[in-house]
Amino acid sequence: MQIWINGKQNDFESEKMKIADLVGILNLTGKRIAIERNGEIIPRSLYAETLLKNGDKLEIVGAVGGG
Amino acid sequence: MMNDDLIVAGKRYNSRLLVGTGKYKDFTETRAAIEASGAQIITVAIRRTNIGQKAGEPSLLDFLPPREFTYLPNTAGCYTADDAIRTLRLARELLDGHSLVKLEVLGDPHTLYPNVIETISAAKTLVKEGFDVMVYTSDDPIVAKQLEDIGCCAIMPLASLIGSGMGILNPWNLQIIIDTVKVPVLVDAGVGTASDAAIAMELGCAGILMNTAIAGAKNPILMASAMKKAVEAGREAFLAGRMPKKLYSASPSSPTSGMIERID
Repeated sequence: MQIWINGKQNDFESEKMKIADLVGILNLTGKRIAIERNGEIIPRSLYAETLLKNGDKLEIVGAVGGG
Repeated sequence: MMNDDLIVAGKRYNSRLLVGTGKYKDFTETRAAIEASGAQIITVAIRRTNIGQKAGEPSLLDFLPPREFTYLPNTAGCYTADDAIRTLRLARELLDGHSLVKLEVLGDPHTLYPNVIETISAAKTLVKEGFDVMVYTSDDPIVAKQLEDIGCCAIMPLASLIGSGMGILNPWNLQIIIDTVKVPVLVDAGVGTASDAAIAMELGCAGILMNTAIAGAKNPILMASAMKKAVEAGREAFLAGRMPKKLYSASPSSPTSGMIERID
């Protein structure tokens, strides 16, 4: 399946992938991040049960220095 | 001095200096400068996470733990109400339901001047969604009042352009805003050096938010300390109430009687 992550297209073999699985693959487990899928926030508490769909567009963000 | 806390959205802060966390050499310098400034509220930006980073890579939050500071996530770089709203929803999720935010919607990449139409639109939605909105705006007193009426918890007009260090260019407009708005008015943007901060505080600003004036100084840590003192000095001078200006009537500070006799 194809997932857009932060503007880049990514292909995954698995067709049944949850957000928590993706977070693990991206080495982001335990990092302070927030995820928006197709314009909707996915709360951290739902990562383990939320299935990704082909064509999902994700924004994965963190806090950086800024004024 | 008497208790003179800054109160924003019902929470008390004893520092009236708010600082940004951008443009520093590294996280160690960021941390040292913020400690020297005494700031309790620190702004952060929300950006796409670097995908493919190493597991142990340090982050800003490791150096400035949210339990030690009040984070103020901003919408820097947003040019539409929609982008600003999405960014702050992400920030709220990122910071475990934290509701205090800085809204800024820019209108032009060259001057970074705020787009007040989009800002007002975003503020309405964010206040409805339960955010405590500290809002960056122009120094237009009518817009400032409208943003207060919408329910913003602090109005933050620019003193001059973001990152310009040009100082307090229109103290008269700032004064009108301070006189018309009941929520705290903080100068956000334009302060270049300590005297600028003192001038803004002497006008009656409730606080100042700055980043480049500290991070862009040759010695950011020393400048952070200078800004802390300037904000405190300006605040005390404001509370003390300055003497009236008397352009043509000089008044000696020493007694005029009891002078020794002149020898002819």
